[in-house]
Amino acid sequence: MDFGLSSEQEMLGDTIRRCLADTCPLDHVRVCVNAGSAVSDRVMAALDEIGLTGLIVPAAHGGLGMTLLDAVVVAEQLGRAVAPAPFLARSVLAPLALMLAGSAAQQAEWLPRIASGAARFGVAIAGIVEERDGVTVRHDGGRLSGTALFALDFEGADHFIVADASGRLHLLAAATAGVEPIALQTIDATRGVGELRLTGAAAEPLADDGGLAARRLRDAGRILLAADSLGAGEAMIEQAVAYAGEREQFGRVIGSFQAVKHMCAEMAARHEPCRALVWYAAHAFDAVPVEAALMACHAKSHTGEVHRFVARTATEVHGGMGFTDLLGLHFWFKRIGFDRQVLGGPERVREEAAQLQGLTATAQ
Amino acid sequence: MNLEYGPEHARFRDEVRDFLARNGHRAPHASQRAARPDAAAVAWQNLLIEHGYTARSTPKEYGGYGAEPDILKSRIIAEEFARAGLPGGLSNQGISMLVPTLLELGTEEQKRRWIEPTLRGDIVWCQGYSEPGAGSDLASLRTSAREEDGHFVINGQKIWTSTARQADMIFCLVRTEAEAPKHAGISYLIFPMDLPGIEVRPLKTMTGHAEFNETFFTDVRVPVDQIVGQRGQGWFVANATLGHERGMLGDPDALENRLLALIRLMQEERIGSARAIDNPVLRDRLVALQAEVAAMKYNGMRVLSSQLKGDAGGMAKLIVKLQSCELAHQISALAIDALGEMGILYADSPRVREGGMWQWNYMFQLGLIIGGGTAQIQKNIIAERGLNMPREPRLALAAAQGRKEVA
Repeated sequence: MDFGLSSEQEMLGDTIRRCLADTCPLDHVRVCVNAGSAVSDRVMAALDEIGLTGLIVPAAHGGLGMTLLDAVVVAEQLGRAVAPAPFLARSVLAPLALMLAGSAAQQAEWLPRIASGAARFGVAIAGIVEERDGVTVRHDGGRLSGTALFALDFEGADHFIVADASGRLHLLAAATAGVEPIALQTIDATRGVGELRLTGAAAEPLADDGGLAARRLRDAGRILLAADSLGAGEAMIEQAVAYAGEREQFGRVIGSFQAVKHMCAEMAARHEPCRALVWYAAHAFDAVPVEAALMACHAKSHTGEVHRFVARTATEVHGGMGFTDLLGLHFWFKRIGFDRQVLGGPERVREEAAQLQGLTATAQ
Repeated sequence: MNLEYGPEHARFRDEVRDFLARNGHRAPHASQRAARPDAAAVAWQNLLIEHGYTARSTPKEYGGYGAEPDILKSRIIAEEFARAGLPGGLSNQGISMLVPTLLELGTEEQKRRWIEPTLRGDIVWCQGYSEPGAGSDLASLRTSAREEDGHFVINGQKIWTSTARQADMIFCLVRTEAEAPKHAGISYLIFPMDLPGIEVRPLKTMTGHAEFNETFFTDVRVPVDQIVGQRGQGWFVANATLGHERGMLGDPDALENRLLALIRLMQEERIGSARAIDNPVLRDRLVALQAEVAAMKYNGMRVLSSQLKGDAGGMAKLIVKLQSCELAHQISALAIDALGEMGILYADSPRVREGGMWQWNYMFQLGLIIGGGTAQIQKNIIAERGLNMPREPRLALAAAQGRKEVA
């Protein structure tokens, strides 16, 4: 019995952490954001060298054949560094879609290109979580029409995996006629998000599986967002503790005041169990499929709540400085805000968790 | 991530299940698990010791089962008893705190004399630590013990002595060195509760019950050799047991069982023709608590894995008491809210649900948040030991002095 990361996973985390410490300090994040980009070529080049694009692609298709728990280790480090680096959709959800619902020919065509970084995918499945603004995607004879909101890893994507209203997934080239990609501005400038306005755009359908693959993507996405939040939350706690140990008022470092110390202790106490929850959710996704959807909900909603608390409390520990742009604490604050909302906020996700367990009246 | 227990432990789990299937009917009912165990509870305890399901790693010569310590087997035992809804071995302060202390710091004679009858339920202990003026700042305790012809003569008052009325014996912190700094003047004594000069008064709490007592000492005479450790070392002896107490107050199986009871309650309780759980706000709160219970469950597995590797568990362990007690309290709070107006019913009232158990829990668990190291003290520990934040300036000074003087 060993509940935790393997030594290989620990090493993977350390490798990514060191890589991001070198290539992605906060100053670099600012440079990207000020240039209006959520994709750092420098960071992506360094991560590609480690092989992240092919992380979960099977070895037979040129990837590393790793698990969602491995991807969680990576996502945590990306969150910790507030890295402007497409990963969730490009390196995990898109290959997962092809692995789950692609034909042998589709897998042979696309998975090696994803692994090599030659094809850069975004993923638009927000519609299967909740319909907003009355827009959906309709599929008719190999053509897609309508609007897909909140395409993830949108910036720089040359292809998209899109879920239609029935939950079926489609593979769409961005440059196809009838595709109008429109970037959205979000609070979190380290993530590129957009919508796809589709008018009879030709797309390759993946398997008609009743939405099964799309739901697996949703679960994986939720777990990875929770992992990202874990890293971002931990970075905020560390910064708050460090600041409280340096900043002096009334002739003492503020970290020696119980009022401040207890804020930090409360953050740590609420944050720490999230780690085990996210790990277990990823493990369930990899190895205990019957629990995967529920655990993804728990991990997503619980980290969403805990890290909202961490984000505001860590900011408060920094006093007025926390509120300024100077320290850049807001990059983590916004990253956590993004992680909380995307693929379902806590209330939405808890309602799903209740339905999954047959706790709702309609489920009786 | 490997959640398999391996063949040896899988076999062990089967053995425990088999034992429970064959012997479960002999377990005492919850109502029989009073401070002083009755014949059924003692018989169950002896059966469990015989099979190594309690006092498992206590050496045979002191009345235990004498197995090598195996954290995983202990965990399997706890899990299987919880799953079967059967009580494990006796759980009282003598067994959970005094026995480990004697094993670690007692003399050979003390171990032989006290451990076995304590494990067998023949001797019931109470803990004499807190005083009206010494709660979180326990080391400032003032109950005095002056030496007089081979005896300590004890005067003072203890509070929160939970089983004092039933106890045969007390393990008690007293000030033996009046002139020494506070941490260095304390001794850890053990003595009978029927000595002349001991008076126990029930301490009624907000629940309406007297779960605790106050214990008064007037010229109580105790032979000087009834001490664990040396004179003036009582603070360190006591700290060995405080660790055991904090370990006790965060059982993930207990949280999971309480949550399941809450789900059942919310499914059974009707508001008109709908169930309480059909109220979306109540249901949302329930699922939020469920996620937290899951987080604490897996956090517990993570700590267990660390301990298997000989690591204390770090931050994941430090936060358990604070988080578990708070979570238990919130579970009870939601039960009361789900009961609506029915939630005010208590004790033997007509229409009361489950004997008023949820209201009692809600109040008693507030006591647990405060007791065994208040939530605020827990936060100090998390901040200072877990996050390496600075100590309170004056406390830091006093602690440094205490350490120097003891050394």
